[in-house]
Amino acid sequence: MNVHEYQGKEILRKFGVATPRGVPCFSVAEADSAARELGGKVWVVKAQIHAGGRGKGGGVKVAKSPQEVHDFASKILGMTLITHQTGPAGRLVKRLLVEEGADIRKELYVGMVVDRATQRVTLMASSEGGMEIEEVAAHHPEKIHKVAIDPEAGLTDAQADDVARKIGVPEASVAQARKFMHGLYRAFVECDASLAEINPLIITGGGDVLALDAKLNFDSNALFRHPEIVAMRDLDEEDPAEVEASKFDLSYISLGGNIGCLVNGAGLAMATMDTIKLFGAEPANFLDVGGGATTQKVTEAFKLMLKNPAVKGILVNIFGGIMRCDTIAEGVIAAAKEVKLSVPLVVRMKGTNEELGRKALKDSGLPIISADNMADAAQKIVAAVSGQGRPS
Amino acid sequence: MSILIGKNTRVMTQGITGKTGAFHTRLCRDYANGKACFVAGVNPSKAGENFEGIPIYGTVRDAKEQTGATVSVIYVPPPFAASAIDEAVDADLDLVICITEGVPVRDMIATRNRMRGKKTVLVGPNCPGVITPDEIKIGIMPGHIHKKGRIGVVSRSGTLTYEAVGQLMDLDLGQSTCVGIGGDPVNGLKHVDVMRLFNDDPQTDAVIMVGEIGGDDEETCARWIKAYMKKPVVGFIAGVTAPPGKRMGHAGAIISGGKGTANEKLAVMEECGIKVTRNPAEMATLLKSVL
Repeated sequence: MNVHEYQGKEILRKFGVATPRGVPCFSVAEADSAARELGGKVWVVKAQIHAGGRGKGGGVKVAKSPQEVHDFASKILGMTLITHQTGPAGRLVKRLLVEEGADIRKELYVGMVVDRATQRVTLMASSEGGMEIEEVAAHHPEKIHKVAIDPEAGLTDAQADDVARKIGVPEASVAQARKFMHGLYRAFVECDASLAEINPLIITGGGDVLALDAKLNFDSNALFRHPEIVAMRDLDEEDPAEVEASKFDLSYISLGGNIGCLVNGAGLAMATMDTIKLFGAEPANFLDVGGGATTQKVTEAFKLMLKNPAVKGILVNIFGGIMRCDTIAEGVIAAAKEVKLSVPLVVRMKGTNEELGRKALKDSGLPIISADNMADAAQKIVAAVSGQGRPS
Repeated sequence: MSILIGKNTRVMTQGITGKTGAFHTRLCRDYANGKACFVAGVNPSKAGENFEGIPIYGTVRDAKEQTGATVSVIYVPPPFAASAIDEAVDADLDLVICITEGVPVRDMIATRNRMRGKKTVLVGPNCPGVITPDEIKIGIMPGHIHKKGRIGVVSRSGTLTYEAVGQLMDLDLGQSTCVGIGGDPVNGLKHVDVMRLFNDDPQTDAVIMVGEIGGDDEETCARWIKAYMKKPVVGFIAGVTAPPGKRMGHAGAIISGGKGTANEKLAVMEECGIKVTRNPAEMATLLKSVL
């Protein structure tokens, strides 16, 4: 689960990580009063969306007067911000963060991730703040310093100081950087984060160490113990289809193609998408109905796929294990009837009672195309969809 | 004897009285030699009771001492799964198979750290389990789709493993052992660990390795295969069409920072001399071609 920058900074401050002072705003009037409340001579008006690259897209502006805060806030609130992470459709800006301006002497990078190879939280730091860390990793891997943190000992002072010096924190600020990294690590662990990125971390003219930006991502398996983080969820930032799917315990992700797919199991679902692509078409979604592909779940899954106007055909690929194919076939038939299916449907079932399942599909009288294996299924749905001619 | 488990393995179920644990313990007991294999259940509040004749003990240690079980399978709910693993590790079991899906990563980091230097081997969490066909099944896979044979299968995903097995069966190829290592980022056995076991197993002639996007376990395994594997291996990686930054069902199945793509993995596997297919319907025919 993602949170906004201002929410991430709120969390980090509780763990002693210093940030500029700021106020989240939902209207221009709130931005005006935030500028007054913060005081000073320089403010930064920042669009709050769950995507990076906001500055380049025009979503971050430095204001030199309360009037400029007002003007920028009016402009950014309600704009559709397009960045390399939002996709071409962009994201509507509904929230702002108005912050005091910072006197930036140095921009650095500090991040934390769970490293699968060492099975530890890894601190990553670089002198190249403000840049995409992937770019730094690709062109200057020597400028990224990594420390795997022992979960029992935690981040040690020596590790923190060493990293701080390696990325060019001035000697006078090393103690502050140490406190910063300790706070970040504690926040990461105690809040069950899966990713934390401070880019940039800045050293101010006065030698202070501040998080100028904050990106936090949380382990969805651990949200049960963090109601305070769940409360920060912003559904406006999520795909409505994915939100709808989660209500029915379906794992759904929208993709760009025109063939809907309904599969049991994440690995098989990905493999099914890959097969569609292999035969020249694109999947419209990833959809894992899970182990218990019940009639109700299958029906909801059909409804969800058909809400996408791009879907011109559906491929169902089920491996019947504990759940028998004939039971699943009944579910598919009931679902197809309930949603009055109007696009071609190819069903491939394998496993327990597959003959009974196929017979049920055939006897249903519905125009369901049966397939023997995954490749056959993909070829059949691709052919059926391309045979439809131009959609009106 | 195949790998990890066989007909003489004695198993306890942690979480035997829960809905999932009860359902699957029944199916496992009814499979092949299961009646002799599944000898104990663990539930701290139900010691002294039994589950359909299988005695329940209050602790893993008690179950081990009383029945001689050296393997445990875990179905306890996610918030308690990691401490269930800890208990099995502290009792020095040989093998722990954690089926539970949704275990917090932080818990697994702590558990894996505690396991350093201990003898217990972990499979999972978030996995279908392990089966040595016609001898024993420990987990949630459908038993009857398998039969005894000489092909090893290792995979991060459940139904995709069954798919590979189904294809093998269509070609009349049985399996030595099938291991579902699970889809979580911090887990027990990795592809490479299972591959080592298959390499040393006289009952295994060839291996199907099924991977998916995220991490670099498949690459690590491929390099090991190039250096040490004496048997043919074929592979498939799911997720060529997966977009970066989107979690594809499994907690570990995500392309992040441009790393962990299916194409990258397939390229490394090919460089290491592993025959790979981009068509998941061809896993078994590809394997047959290298026998």
